[in-house]
Amino acid sequence: MSTRIYLFKRFERFWHWSQAALVITMLITGFEIHGYLGGFTFKTALLVHSYSAWLLVTLWMFAIFWHFTTGEWKQYIPTFQKVVLVARYYAWGMFLGEDHPFHKTLQHKHNPLQRFAYLWLKLMINPLIWVSGMLLLIFSYDWIQFQPFGLTLTEVAWVHTAAAYMMLLFFIAHIYLATTGHTPLAYIKAMITGWETIDEEPSVNASSTSINV
Amino acid sequence: MESSSQQPNHILNKVNRSISSRLAILAIILFANSASALDNEQSQVFLNTQSVPPKQAALEHIVPQEVDGPVGKKSPQDHSHFKQLQGPFTSPEQVTKACLSCHTQAGKQVMSTIHWTWKAWNPKTQQMIGKSQVYNTFCVSPISNEQFCTVCHVGYGSTDPNKFIPFEQRTENQVDCLVCHDQTGKYRKIPFIGGNPAMKKIAVRPGCNEVYGTDKPYVLPQDLAKIAQSISAPIRSNCGGCHFYGGGGDGVKHGDLDSSLLNPTHDLDVHMDAKGLNFPCQQCHQTKDHKVTGEHYAIDANPKQAAFMPGGEHNGNATACQSCHSQTPHHGDGLASKQIASTLNMHTRDIACETCHIPEFARGGKPTKMNWNYATAGKLAPNGSPLVIEDEKGRNTYWGVKGSFLWEDNVVPEYRWFNGTERWMHIGDKIQPNQNGVVGVNDIEGSATDGQSKIWPFKISRNNQPYETQTGILAVFHSFGFDQDSFTMTYDWQKAITAGMKAAKLPFSGHYGFVQTQMYWPISHMVAPKTKALGCAQCHANNGRLQGIEGVYMPGRFKDHQPWIDLIGLLAVALAFAGVIIHGLIRIILWLRRQS
Repeated sequence: MSTRIYLFKRFERFWHWSQAALVITMLITGFEIHGYLGGFTFKTALLVHSYSAWLLVTLWMFAIFWHFTTGEWKQYIPTFQKVVLVARYYAWGMFLGEDHPFHKTLQHKHNPLQRFAYLWLKLMINPLIWVSGMLLLIFSYDWIQFQPFGLTLTEVAWVHTAAAYMMLLFFIAHIYLATTGHTPLAYIKAMITGWETIDEEPSVNASSTSINV
Repeated sequence: MESSSQQPNHILNKVNRSISSRLAILAIILFANSASALDNEQSQVFLNTQSVPPKQAALEHIVPQEVDGPVGKKSPQDHSHFKQLQGPFTSPEQVTKACLSCHTQAGKQVMSTIHWTWKAWNPKTQQMIGKSQVYNTFCVSPISNEQFCTVCHVGYGSTDPNKFIPFEQRTENQVDCLVCHDQTGKYRKIPFIGGNPAMKKIAVRPGCNEVYGTDKPYVLPQDLAKIAQSISAPIRSNCGGCHFYGGGGDGVKHGDLDSSLLNPTHDLDVHMDAKGLNFPCQQCHQTKDHKVTGEHYAIDANPKQAAFMPGGEHNGNATACQSCHSQTPHHGDGLASKQIASTLNMHTRDIACETCHIPEFARGGKPTKMNWNYATAGKLAPNGSPLVIEDEKGRNTYWGVKGSFLWEDNVVPEYRWFNGTERWMHIGDKIQPNQNGVVGVNDIEGSATDGQSKIWPFKISRNNQPYETQTGILAVFHSFGFDQDSFTMTYDWQKAITAGMKAAKLPFSGHYGFVQTQMYWPISHMVAPKTKALGCAQCHANNGRLQGIEGVYMPGRFKDHQPWIDLIGLLAVALAFAGVIIHGLIRIILWLRRQS
C-alpha cells in the first residue's frame, strides 16, 4: 500500500546538496586550518574555507527566504507527539524490522526527532558558526575593539571550533540516519529525485517490512 | 661609489620602463618638491629629474637633460675645482676648516647629533642613552677604550693612543666631514689615533687588519685634498664603513647590516638592489641638517602618523615601510590573490612588515656574531701569540684577545611583541638576571594588548661578560690600548677591569665573575622580495616561528586551542562514530538473520 509523493522540491534539493558539499568542504579545510589535517597548504585551506563561507552565507540567504515564503519553516516546529515511539523505533524496533512509527506527509516531512535535530542545527549550530565565522572573516575591520558581548578574538575562535564540532556530529549522525530508509539508499534517492515512496496509511502488521517487498 | 653616479639614471630608467603616463605625474610631484629638496642632502637622486621641465616630461620617452643648476653628475656641486679644496692639507682639521668656510652651519649641526655626542634622550623612558651611556654585549663600552672606539666617531681627536679628548671639548674643526662624504672609497679612519686618518705611515696592529682597512702590515698617509675634492652626499659605503663593521668586523653586530649591502642582489634587499631601486641609506633614514633619522635608540615600532612621508615636509622621522606601502600593502589582481591580499592585510595590525619580509638575516654570505664568551679569553698559542681557532668555514671561533664566538648566517630571527621602547642598562647599573640567569642590557617592552606593539623580528646577541661580584655592577673594562692595563695586551681581567671601572668612575673591589647577557637588535634591513617572504604555514603551524608569541589566537597552533572544547569535541565525534558503527552492525546482523 505504498505510494510515491514529491517530497523535496527542486530548490530544496539544490539547497540541500550544495549545502552538503560546502559543509563537507568547510569541515575538511576548517580542521586543516585548526591544525589537525594535512593535505592542503594552510593558504589553500584558508582560501577554500573563505570562499565556501561566502557561498554558504549566500545560499543560506536564499534558503531562509525560501523557508519563509513557502511556509516550509513550519516543518521544524517541534512536537512531542510520537517522540517516544520514534525514539523506541531507532533504539529497538528498527533492528527487528518494524515499520517506522511516523508517516511522512507533505505537511509533515520530518519525524519528531528530525524536527528537533534540524531545529538545533538551524537555531543553534548554524547561527553560532555563521556569526563567529563572520567575525573571523572580518577580523581586519577591527571589530575586536568594540568587544561584542565582551568577546575576545580567542573566544570567538573557540566558539567557532565548538560549533564546528557540533556540525561534525550532526554530519555523522545525518549521514548514518540517511541509510535507515526502507532500503539503505531510499532516503538518499529521495533527496536526489525528490520522490519518496511512503506508506499511505499506518500499517497494522508490524512485521511486514519494505525491505522484503 | 659608482652606484651613486648611476642613481639618477637608474631611477629614471625605472620610471621610463614603467607605465609612461606615470612619468608626468612623478616629474610634476618631484618638481613641486624640488625647492625644498635642494637643501636636502639625499635629494641627489632627484636633482637631475628637476632639470626636466614638466611640459616636456609629459611627452613619452623623455631623456633628462643637463641644464643650468647642478654641475657634474654626482652632487649638487662638483667640488673638485674649488680652490678651498686644492690643498695641500697637512692635518684633517684643515679640510674641515675648508668645508666650514662655505658650509657655515654644518659643524654645529653635526656636533648636535648622536653621531658626535654618542648620547640621546629617550623621552619614553626618561633615560639618557647612546653609546657612551649604556652597555652592549660586544665590546661592552667605549669608556677607557675611546682612542680605539673613535675609529667610528665623526670627529678628530688626539693622535696619542693614551689621550682621549672628550667630545664636548672639541671644536668645529674637529668634525670629520670626510668619513661620510668621501667618494673615493680611500678615506680611512685609523684606530688608536683618535679616529684620525693616517698622515704618516702607520703599522697595523697584528690581527687588526679589518679595522685598519688593509691587507698590508701598514697604512700609508692619505691624500686629503683628493678625498676632499671627491665629496658628495653619502652613499652606502660611507654609512657602511662604520655601520657594517660594528662590533669589530664585517657583519659582527647587527646581522642585518654588513658589506654585502654595498652591492646587494635583488634577493638580499629589494630596495638597495644595485641593479634595481638602488636606494641609498638616506632614502629611509631621512636626513636634514645632518641629523640622520631612524636610529636604534628611537624606534617607531608601530608607525602611524609619525613616519616621514616621501614628498612631505621633513618631520625629523625616518621613512617607515608604511610611508610608501601603506598599512594595507598587499594587493591582488585576481579572485584568489585578492582574497589572499585582504587576509594578509589583516596581519598588519599586529605584525611588523619586517617579520614576514625579512625571513632571515645575515643572508648576504657574511655571518654575524650571535654569541661571544669573554670568559674564555686569554689563551695563547705555543708561540706566545693569542690563540686563534677557526672552524671548517674559516670563521674565527676563538681569539685569545677576545674569547669564543658563535657565528651564524641565514639566521631565523627571534620574535617578540615590541612597542619601540627599550630600557637600557646604564653604565654603573647593577645586573638583574632573569629567571634563566640572563641579564638583558636592553630589555624591550611590548605586549599583545597595549595597542602599540607589533610582533617584531630580532637578533638576540648573547655574551658571557664580566661583572663586579661584590656590587653586581656590570664591568666596564679596558680592552684596547698599547698600555699594560689593556686586556688585549696582557690578558689580565683584573688589570683591565680596574682600569675600566676607574675610567667610568665606578667602584671595583677586585672581585669579578662572568654573567650571561643578552641584547635585542630589531631587524629592519635585508628586506627580501615578496616571493621570498614568509608563507602562512611558517607561523600557522604547531611549533612554527611564532610559537613563543603570547596573547594572540593563531589558527593552526595547538596552544591556542581551548583544550576542553577539543577534548569534548573529539570524544563526542569518536562516540558518534562508534555509535553509528555499532548501530549499523546490529541492523545488518539482525537483517541478515531475518533473511535466513
